[in-house]
This record gives sequence, C-alpha cells and structure tokens, in this order.
Amino acid sequence: MTKRGDLIFSTMEPVLKASHLNKFFYEPEKFQVLDDITFEVQRGEFLTIVGKSGCGKSTLLYILSTMDTDYEGTIDINGTRLTGLDQAALARFRNEHIGFVFQFHFLLPEFSVLENVMLPAQKLGKFSNAEIEHRAMEKLRLLGVHEQARKPASKLSGGQQQRVAIARALINDPTLIMGDEPTGNLDTANTRIAFDILQDLAHRQHQTIICVTHDPEFAQNSDRTITMSDGRIVSHGTPTATATKG
Amino acid sequence: MFSTNLQIAKTHLLAKKKQTVVAMLGVTFGIAMYVLMSSVLTGVNKLVDNLSFQATAHIRLYREPDVNRKSLLETKLSGSDTLVKVYHQRPKPERLYLRNASQILADLRKLPGVTGVSAQVSTPAFYNYGSVQFNGSLLGVDIFDEDRLFDLRSQIKSGRMENLLANPNSLLMGAGLAKKMSVREGDNVTLVTPRGAVFVLKVVGIFKSGLGAIDNVRSYTNIATVQKLLGVDKTFITDISLKIKDIYASKTVAERLAARYGVKAEDWQTANATLVTSNKIRDYMAYIVSATLLVVAGFGIYNIMSMTVNDKMKDIAILKATGFSGRDIVQIFLTQAVIIGFLGALLGVGLGFLFSWMISRVPFETPGDFFSIDRFPVNFNPIFYLIGVGFGVVTTLLAGYFPSRRAARVDPVAILRG
Repeated sequence: MTKRGDLIFSTMEPVLKASHLNKFFYEPEKFQVLDDITFEVQRGEFLTIVGKSGCGKSTLLYILSTMDTDYEGTIDINGTRLTGLDQAALARFRNEHIGFVFQFHFLLPEFSVLENVMLPAQKLGKFSNAEIEHRAMEKLRLLGVHEQARKPASKLSGGQQQRVAIARALINDPTLIMGDEPTGNLDTANTRIAFDILQDLAHRQHQTIICVTHDPEFAQNSDRTITMSDGRIVSHGTPTATATKG
Repeated sequence: MFSTNLQIAKTHLLAKKKQTVVAMLGVTFGIAMYVLMSSVLTGVNKLVDNLSFQATAHIRLYREPDVNRKSLLETKLSGSDTLVKVYHQRPKPERLYLRNASQILADLRKLPGVTGVSAQVSTPAFYNYGSVQFNGSLLGVDIFDEDRLFDLRSQIKSGRMENLLANPNSLLMGAGLAKKMSVREGDNVTLVTPRGAVFVLKVVGIFKSGLGAIDNVRSYTNIATVQKLLGVDKTFITDISLKIKDIYASKTVAERLAARYGVKAEDWQTANATLVTSNKIRDYMAYIVSATLLVVAGFGIYNIMSMTVNDKMKDIAILKATGFSGRDIVQIFLTQAVIIGFLGALLGVGLGFLFSWMISRVPFETPGDFFSIDRFPVNFNPIFYLIGVGFGVVTTLLAGYFPSRRAARVDPVAILRG
C-alpha cells in the first residue's frame, strides 16, 4: 500500500495545474460561479470533486476539459498552456490527451460498439485502421464488453453502454480521464464495476482521473477528494490519508 | 482524417435511408425538369432559327425608295431668310437596284467571315391561271449561290434544280402556288410583270421550304430571265443575300456593310423580330422554371439537413468532446448534403434524358404546311446535362452549408451537462 503511494507521489509531477480560475455567469444576472480556484493534480492520481448542486464543480470540470473557454486564470495540462489556444487546437488536444465519461453514455446510435470506440482513434490517425480495431477490442476486453463489439450501441444495457463509453475514453491512452458523474445512472453493482475499472486505470496504468460526483462512497474510495462550496475550494483533501485508506 | 468524417457522413445517410431518398428525389425532379425544359425549349428555338434561315439571309443588302430627300427648293434656298416648305414630295421615279452591284459582290466575296453571297433580282409578278390572276413574286438567282445560302436542293419536291440552267425560260415554283394553280412539273405558266410585259415560262421543278409565306407566292428563275422580263441590263441587281460565320454578330456586321456600300442592310434578327422575341421568352421561361424547381429542391435539402442537425445535437457534442473540430463537423454534414445533391443530380439528368427522349418520339402535327417536321423537336445538347449536375451540387452545397455551420457552432458543454 505505502509502496504504491510512494510510486505515485515520489515523482511529484503535476499533470494538471489550474491557477486562479474565475468564471462569471451573466444570465439572468452577474454571478460568480468560480472564485479563485487553484490546484494541482499529480500523475496517476484518482481525484474526485464533490460539493452541493450549484457549487460550481461541473463548471470547473468543463473548464478543465477545455470545452468551456470563457474563464479567467490559466490551465496547463501535461506542460502545455491551454489557456488562449484556438478551438481547433483545443479539439486536437482533447482528442489526444483527454478522455471523457459522462453521466449519460453519449454513444452514437447508428454505429456499432466497436466503431464508437474506434472513432476518436481514427480521428487522431496515429495508427492504421487494423491496429485501431485491435486496440479497441483490447479496451473492450479490459471492460468486459468485448463480446458486444459488433452490436449496435443502442442494443446494449445501461451498464454495458457506460463501460463502452469508458472504453471510448481510453482508446487514445489519454493523459487525463474526466468523468462527470460517471456512475450517476448506474445501479450499485455497475457502479462498483465502473469504480474498480477507474481505480485500476489510475493505479496500474498511471492514468490520471478527475471525477465530479455526488456519490459519497465513490468519493471516499478515491485517492483524494476536493470539496467545493459556493465556487471555492473548501478542502483540497489529504492524498496520503485517502490513498492508504483505499 | 477526412475518411473518418466521410465514414460518419455515410453512416448517417444510410441510417435514415428514407429521408435520404426523399431529399435526393427533390433534387432529381428539379434537375430532370431543368434538362427537359432546356432540351425541349432550345429544340423549338433551333427549329425556329433554322426555319427563319431557310427564308431569310443572315444579312440582306438592298435599296429603299428615297422618300426623305431634300427638294430642289430647299437645297437652293437653305441659309437665306426664306421659309420653304414643300408638301407631298414624291419619290423620284427610279428603279430600286443596287448601284455598283458587281463591285459590291466582288468585294463581299473577299471579306473574311462572309461564307456565302447570292445576288438576286426580284420583282412582283402576276401568275395567270385561266382568267384568274395570282399575286406572287419572281426571284432571279444564280441557283448554285442560292442553294449554298438556303439549301434549296433539299427543298425541291419534284424536278431538278439544275433544269433551270438548261432552259432560259423556266422556273422553279413554290409548292403552295403550284397547288393553287394546279400546275405540275412540265406545265407552262403565263406571267405578267407590273409594267405589263407578258411571258410564258416552263415549270421545271416544285420546291417546298415549309414556310407558307414563301411557298405560296415565290418562284425562282435565272437572273438573266428576270432582267429580260424587266427590260434592264446585266448590272441590274436588287438584292444581295449574305451568309456569315457568326450569326449573332449579324446586326453589327449589317451596320458596317450598310455604311461601307451606302445601301440598306437588314440582319436576320431584325427581319425576324417576332421569332427572335419568342425565342427569348422561351429561354427566360426555361431559366425561371428550372431555377424555381432548384430553389424548391434546395429548401427541401435545407429542411432535411436542419432536421438531421437537430436530431444529432448529442452526437455532435460528443464528437466535439472527443476531439472533432468545427471543421470536421462541417465536413461531416456538408458531405451528406453533397452526396445527396450529386446522386440526386445524376439521377436527375438520367430522368431528364429519358423524358426528353420520350418527348422526341411524340408525333408533332402542325396545322397546314407551315412546319415541315413530324416529331417534336428536342435538343440533346450535353451541356444541359453538365449544367444540371453542376447546378444540383451547387444548390445542395448552399442548402447544406447553413445547417452544417450551425452544427459546427453547437456548444458541447450546454448539451453534455444535460
């Protein structure tokens, strides 16, 4: 246990740095959603963000995801300053470095399970189609849904679809995996499976995971939990404590 | 990279086959109607043009009575304080013939752009049939020159064109006139000129141009014969008909020739103003109807693409989240529109060809002998098919662009946050 903790934190290499993030909503009236958010995430860390509805945790996640560019402050991921890049560059960056899992699976219904997983890799264009297919099958096997690969995405159960969505997030071996309540629509058994998969990715594959969640158990079992309230971080969590506990 | 977008576009199209086919049929009918309208209407225009060239030279040179000449008094007293007004001045009793005709002819034959020249001597004449007289005209020509300009040989229904050369007192008679007078090849007819000279000429052939205005009144004979009838010398020429290379420049060429030789010059477009106008109206009609159909098809595509984009908001959001840029999204949806447009247009020109072919098989009967055709005239010009496909693709590009741009502007955060 401690050995694993050492492995993760000895390098002390922040994979994500957010500094002094501010964001305002102007409708219906001016309102500060995020107030001077500054934090770092280490490589291989499984981080959860919790807080009441409306505390700004989802807003923060979407800013970190590079999809929302309307903010003040700076974001660096993997040593790249993302603040100020244009949309096309951000899209390329997301494609290569960030994987997403949402509350809803958002699989493309006209495509097969395998095709859904392959698409981001085909977009990246780093590998041949045959190789991409092979890698996609690996990811599906990792998540235990490889037997459904040829089925249309719409024909799977909710738990299976969410696992396919995770496989899709993993296809380009991203630096960061972001989840917006990734287990929000799953029953206890499937939540457990999804959680274990994510934890495994962090601890075995050293992929960094940031999840926004409402589920206290999910948060407790992660490496570290940031707690937000009214747009501020009220607790950065204690990594060693949670890491050893897990 | 593009192949991925193409694959997504293809999957979208195939997932909604019915919608795709409906959108395609919109383009198909639009283009088919464009091809059909253009082929049929320009076919008619071509027929009318050809007909008018059977009767009218590209340019005709002649002289007009000089009614506006100044009176002797006016020339004499101009500049003085006397006010002169001469009423009812009559034209001089002069023969209306082209002076220096032989020089003009020689000059014209040397001009580049002039492909045919025919000198003519025309006179009104009465054809006597028993006690009845028919009004008509007699045209003295060099039969080979005339053939070069008006394709006379193909109009001969009986007898031979060359017979005219063998017998100086012979003529080729219009079919309508011959019918009225019950004259056949080999018969003799009596002609009376306006000045009272009476001649007997032998009918050595009957021609039919298809235009009643000619066939019912005209006869051809040798130039020398008419000159003899009128009692004039060998230099007497009343008209010169010209064939030129660029028929649509005939108006400017006519003006230049008129100035050069000091004669009247009439081009075919002026002479056939009504035909030219109706051709233009048919052209406009074809453009308007085709444009309307294409616009309607364009709106159809716009609608369907808009619906597709609305249906696919979630898909667009997740594609953007996983790294597809706005340009990729435009490509994905625009590709769908262009595929619909291109296939629709191809099908459209095919259908257009089929319709045109069917119409070209329809028997076409006209009252009287005005038009000498028996099938509906259709112009199978490949340019219409090329334009049709081009139009189809351009229309769908435009119709697909706006929904695609909207798709590219979808804010993924708003949708993914749910």
